[in-house]
Amino acid sequence: MTTKMFGQRVPRVEDPRLLSGQGRYLDDLGHDALEVAFVRSPHAHARIVDVDVSAALDVEGLVAIYTYDDLDGRTTEPLPLLIPHPALTHGRTPYALAKDEVNHVGEAIAMVVASDRYVAEDVVGLIQVEYELLPAVVGIERSRDGGDLVHADVPGNVAATMVQEVGDAATMIAAAGHRATLSLSIERSASMPMEGKGVLARWDPDDESLLMHTSTQTSTSVRQAVAAKLSLPVDRVEVVTPDVGGGFGVKIVHPWPEEILVPWAALRLGQPVKWVEDRREHFVSSAHERGQLHEVEFGYDDDGHLRGLSVRFWHDNGAYTPYGLIVPIITSTQLLGPYKPGAYRVEFQSLYTNTVIVTPYRGAGRPQGCFVMERVMDAIAADLGLDRTVVRERNFIQPEEMPFDHGLIFQDGRPLIYDSGDFPASLAKLKALVGWDDFESYRSAARAEGRQVGIGVACYVEGTGVGPYEGGHLRIETDGSVVVSTGLTTQGQGHQTMLAQIVADELGVSMDRIRVTTGDTRRFKYAVGTFASRTAVMSGSAVALTARKVRAKALRIAANALEASVDDLEIVDGHVQVKGSPGSQIDLGAVAVLSNPLRYAFDAGATRATQFAAPADPSVPPVPENDQPGLEGTDYYSPLRSTFANGMHAVVVETDPETAEIKILRYCVVHDCGTVINPMIVEGQVHGGVAQGVGGALYERMEYDAAGQLLNASYMDFLMPYASEVPHIEIDHLETPSPLNPLGVKGAGEAGVIPGSAAIAAAIEDAEGFAIAAMPISPSELFELRRRHAGR
Amino acid sequence: MTTASDPASAEALHDVTLTVNGVFQQLRVPARRLLSDALRHDLRLTGTHVGCEHGVCGACTVLIESRPTRSCLVFAVSADGASITTVEGCLEPDGTLGDVQQAFQDCHALQCGFCTPGFITTITAYLEDHPNPTEDEAREAIGGNLCRCTGYQNIVAAVVRAAEIRRERTAT
Repeated sequence: MTTKMFGQRVPRVEDPRLLSGQGRYLDDLGHDALEVAFVRSPHAHARIVDVDVSAALDVEGLVAIYTYDDLDGRTTEPLPLLIPHPALTHGRTPYALAKDEVNHVGEAIAMVVASDRYVAEDVVGLIQVEYELLPAVVGIERSRDGGDLVHADVPGNVAATMVQEVGDAATMIAAAGHRATLSLSIERSASMPMEGKGVLARWDPDDESLLMHTSTQTSTSVRQAVAAKLSLPVDRVEVVTPDVGGGFGVKIVHPWPEEILVPWAALRLGQPVKWVEDRREHFVSSAHERGQLHEVEFGYDDDGHLRGLSVRFWHDNGAYTPYGLIVPIITSTQLLGPYKPGAYRVEFQSLYTNTVIVTPYRGAGRPQGCFVMERVMDAIAADLGLDRTVVRERNFIQPEEMPFDHGLIFQDGRPLIYDSGDFPASLAKLKALVGWDDFESYRSAARAEGRQVGIGVACYVEGTGVGPYEGGHLRIETDGSVVVSTGLTTQGQGHQTMLAQIVADELGVSMDRIRVTTGDTRRFKYAVGTFASRTAVMSGSAVALTARKVRAKALRIAANALEASVDDLEIVDGHVQVKGSPGSQIDLGAVAVLSNPLRYAFDAGATRATQFAAPADPSVPPVPENDQPGLEGTDYYSPLRSTFANGMHAVVVETDPETAEIKILRYCVVHDCGTVINPMIVEGQVHGGVAQGVGGALYERMEYDAAGQLLNASYMDFLMPYASEVPHIEIDHLETPSPLNPLGVKGAGEAGVIPGSAAIAAAIEDAEGFAIAAMPISPSELFELRRRHAGR
Repeated sequence: MTTASDPASAEALHDVTLTVNGVFQQLRVPARRLLSDALRHDLRLTGTHVGCEHGVCGACTVLIESRPTRSCLVFAVSADGASITTVEGCLEPDGTLGDVQQAFQDCHALQCGFCTPGFITTITAYLEDHPNPTEDEAREAIGGNLCRCTGYQNIVAAVVRAAEIRRERTAT
């Protein structure tokens, strides 16, 4: 019997290539292409008075300089508003090249094409832009004041106001025995993949077709967008995602200005054109996330049961809203975590500022929501003198209440209904893992040594695997190998391995005979993209369904050849055989040959399928009605709604009594993503998420000054964690299978990052004895908090 | 030869010889061409990656005369005559994965793989002087390289595992 692959720690098939320097990332392609650099605004808010290129024109190697006035057709329009929402009453998107006005430092004004990047940057330095400065609106408070406007036609800088309410929160809070309020904030961070964005476009004038490579999380949608903007027939455009050096959300946004401009220039110039984003460009012209202020009011009873919760928050969406309201909608719905809020009202405003746009970064609004809800739980526990885990247990949705309908609308426009999960069991596992009940003795021992320690816990629920759909195509070749493709892209999650594991089990073929392609529109044209922890759920399910379909066809053809009943057949290690009679078998390659009736024999194997090879029933056509030649199939998976993963983190910190340095001593994770396809890969995802959570809690922030300059736009100044900052992570799993998909899986990609700030804040609070209301927190800020509290 | 002082005129080109992964290479490059670009775009050895262009992330680390060096901070002309090892040169002579590379696969120490070449070269050099590192020493050894995917835990494990593989392979 073929070894079962699903659930095993299968080594990644991607690795040998990537480890030996044979990966092909965007900048590894197109060495001879013309290269692009951009003139980008040095000002946060300004009117463009004049662009003078005269000093630049004589540079050897310069090919072209383009400004907005050079654009034509639909490239002159604003870029698309990708996810419209009725509440987004004042959505605004940028132009591919700024028209008249710039709204953040880094916005592209002119595009230079030259023989190489060095020359292109020389030219950029020689182009003179004259600006008339406008007041910069930076920070949520400044934007909320509405004194100065980012967009003159957007009153109060308000892009959207949205309210959802279940029950009567105000009444429930007023009637509760205890009431409290909290003001909570989270600062900006960013996805910050090690590889920035990049685009290579090749126009073939003979074929009248465009081949474009881009470091994206959605090649199919880029294809549609580029064809539309360049007024090309869609079937003349193909988009390939090569190896991608990390995405974490920022590369789901599309089309970026460069994804329109680079192919546009390639078409115009008739030569391959490439742009590779440098690190500073990534800081000032890609996307950020997380910045939100929250005002929370809640009421609870003597036992710590939440009776009503009212949250108002303000979301900094930056200069434009190409990705709609996804981040604040997720905060507003996923804030509830594993808890029943009693009545719940949430209202948010999405506000413009003269800063880089805000779009989902791993976690996508959930870290903020989790921070808010977990602060509420800790505040209740502190007020009532209850154990913090007891308060959580009392407010949990119970397993027997699943599926649980919150009565809200989720980010996919569908009801927020949790499909499964066992929160009490998860918490019990976490308490055992971290030793929650023994912590007080540890604290006493540490105190005796002059050390100050604290413990915190945070729980979250994550809607994963959002629709609308994904698909898979699978073909068994005549050599018995299996080629699989799915339209969504991969950025390091091991999708080729994970999908091959699924196919291996479904088809009864060994892993080394399976080759998986992702994100190549030449292979698969219908897809959504990789985001929202959705690949295992969506493409995993689609590929499983596809494999089942092809398996059924293989069995049907083999049954004919073996003169057996389909029900008596099985596939073992690439051979269809009669159960219990392995002598009577046919290998899948031969089945593939038979699936394709031939006139011409090109090799010995093919001879079997030719017209005189075997007696055929003359009353049916060689390819029967409702059948197709070839051993291949396509299928799609489209779920009714998202499936909900969950997890709980516990953190032990030590805070230095003198310097206020914060050190993480232990980091424990209990994670439930349904059935696990590859535990090694899932643990890797959790590790990476936790590292980003630690970064977001203690180090990472975007330091904008009042003029809208990003002061720390480099890896030297933006403090991404090195190995010295990330603790050892201890993981335990709980598996509550999802009833919504054929594999029982839930997403795992974003989970690790979500409760980082909440759990670390709780641990610091426990060590220090005063509340933490703003994250990230630096030693200086903790030191300042100590002084403030000591002075009371 | 013209001078490179006026960007409007052609840049002066310089002959550079390098030995890269044991192969003698001759290049003609402008003085300002970075070693990282020369390796990647002139020699087409694209395993060396560029993540920040200012020496902080370590993705571009190569070994120059066996010492880990950030190739984005070195001009190709400055490396004239040097012997350089890139990630492509960390394979075994028969083309199979080298000890550090094999350890990375064993320990799932890479995800997107973009930072990985810089870790491979750095650890390859480190193990020369530290054949038997503890976990703490392993963490210290990779302390100058950024990774956004893995959280480092499996890379730390891979350093220890690579040392094991190296000892096993040396013993046989």
